[in-house]
Amino acid sequence: MSDETTGRLGGLKRTVATIAPGESRFETSNTRDANVETTDMTAEAGQSDVATTERNETESSSSGGVEMPTSDRPLGTPRVDDAVIEARDLDVFYGDTQALNEINMDIPEQGVTALIGPSGCGKSTFLRSINRMNDLIDVARVEGELYFHGKNIYDDDVDPVALRRKIGMVFQKPNPFPKSIFDNVAYGLRVQGKDDDVEEKVHTALERAALIDEVEDQLDESGLDLSGGQQQRLCIARAIATDPEVILMDEPASALDPVATSKIEDLVEELAQEYTVVIVTHNMQQAARISDKTAVFLTGGHLVEFDDTNKIFENPESDRVEDYITGKFG
Amino acid sequence: MSTETENPFTEGTDDIERKRTIGRVFVGVCFGSAMVGVAALVILLADVIIEAWGWLTWDFLLYPPTQSPDNFLGGIRGAGIYPAIVGSIFLIALTAVFTLFLGVGAAIYLEEYAPENRLTSFIEANIANLAGVPSIVYGLLGLAVFVRGAQLGAVLLAGALTLTLLILPIVIVSTQEALRAVPDSQRNAAYGVGATQWQVTRDVVLPRALPGIMTGTILSLSRAIGETAPLIMVGAATTMLTAPDGLMSPFSAMPMQIFDWAARPQTEFHHAAAAGIVVLLTILLLMNLCAILIRNKYDPRS
Repeated sequence: MSDETTGRLGGLKRTVATIAPGESRFETSNTRDANVETTDMTAEAGQSDVATTERNETESSSSGGVEMPTSDRPLGTPRVDDAVIEARDLDVFYGDTQALNEINMDIPEQGVTALIGPSGCGKSTFLRSINRMNDLIDVARVEGELYFHGKNIYDDDVDPVALRRKIGMVFQKPNPFPKSIFDNVAYGLRVQGKDDDVEEKVHTALERAALIDEVEDQLDESGLDLSGGQQQRLCIARAIATDPEVILMDEPASALDPVATSKIEDLVEELAQEYTVVIVTHNMQQAARISDKTAVFLTGGHLVEFDDTNKIFENPESDRVEDYITGKFG
Repeated sequence: MSTETENPFTEGTDDIERKRTIGRVFVGVCFGSAMVGVAALVILLADVIIEAWGWLTWDFLLYPPTQSPDNFLGGIRGAGIYPAIVGSIFLIALTAVFTLFLGVGAAIYLEEYAPENRLTSFIEANIANLAGVPSIVYGLLGLAVFVRGAQLGAVLLAGALTLTLLILPIVIVSTQEALRAVPDSQRNAAYGVGATQWQVTRDVVLPRALPGIMTGTILSLSRAIGETAPLIMVGAATTMLTAPDGLMSPFSAMPMQIFDWAARPQTEFHHAAAAGIVVLLTILLLMNLCAILIRNKYDPRS
């Protein structure tokens, strides 16, 4: 623990040192402002196909591609250089209630990005808008943009099923199917038609989910017979078997005991070597332990501050974030 | 320390005792209410079985009815309920096929696919109301639509379609409940790995809801097998001498035959009616047993 804390302090100093270059990055993105506005106008004039491809090219050629409005920008450093996911003025409504309010933030490639905040602050809603799970709720409505590799996933030509094949998800309560352990992991491969070498892929996924040693001899037994922590690792294996780019985790350890939780945490850090992991958590120590970037959502669906985890936990810009993190409210 | 310690809990014991008595009376009344149903069933069964004793033979199951009451107890040839048994089994098998497709299909659409709007709630409210419509009204509908309208005549197919209409609302409602009982976490798990709605419905929702669907359907079918009124309206025969041999064949059913015998003056026919009731109840109870077994086998709690 103490080694880690000193590491984080070092990280903090580095972060402070990089604030200046961050400023200049915003200036370059401002010059791109005019460019995007024109493409939007041509899209309205009816050449949407051409306009979209053009826009995609400009965006994907530069890192941290989509410009961010100066208003509604959270405190901290909401832009990152190697962004995979970029939310721009994202609003989500459930019926008449607004669950997310003008969210602007980037999620960098690989590493762990934690979303923290009190209950009802919109962090889960934001997570579910990344793979369009909110589409399944009849009353949910999304406004604004969310870019994945520079493509707005809420464009009409994006198939949510194809999107979810690239962005896997692990849920709050372990939800294995009432099938065998093998079939649970193989399910994603089968629905996606990745039918070759299923056996090998299932084995690899269970290995990476640190579950293989415990279940090697009982792959034919029901996934429901496992303990809660094992079930959650089974669900993680199911999510990574199809090799998505991003893994979304919605409080994956909140229903587990401390031992199972620490196994999940180790696993998350392991997975972050290869995947982009976005994790919602209620547990601030957990966020501090495992994440590289932290976004703090506070009441009313506002993203208040987004920055390196060290910075958020050592020296947040917002007093409310500091109060929340030190346990004064929330 | 001493044995003289005063009991600190004496205050208000009379009041507690009085309230306990009221509780006991209440439980007694509830127990009595529960026993009324059981007693009615036992008395009915005893009455029918005593009446049918000695009349329920293998011959009764294997021979067609005759006009002469003597044949029931080994006359020149046997007499029984055979054509009506076959008629009822055909009827229920056809009805089962129709309701499974129509009922489960409608329920899946309404529960999984239909948008939540006024039209959907209007349809659902209508279905719930249809479940309460008296069976004789369905008989009239069957007569008008299938027998006369579609020119089928008083045949097995017309009877089965009429019974299908009768139990369809119940099957739809019970199937919707079974689908609603599938936890959303299961659907989310499948959507999360990139399944389409069809894959989610086929792989996750239907297998999980199947026991509930089967239970509801079988219980509805055992209601249909005992129905008489709609069959009278459709024009099913009270007595058939041969078993039906196809969809377009005239038919009788067990309740029709029992009704016919019970209405005759000779006491022999009353015994035959009782024997017929035992056969009908046996089939009914077997169907309900199937439903219970299916439910227990797939119950996740077991």
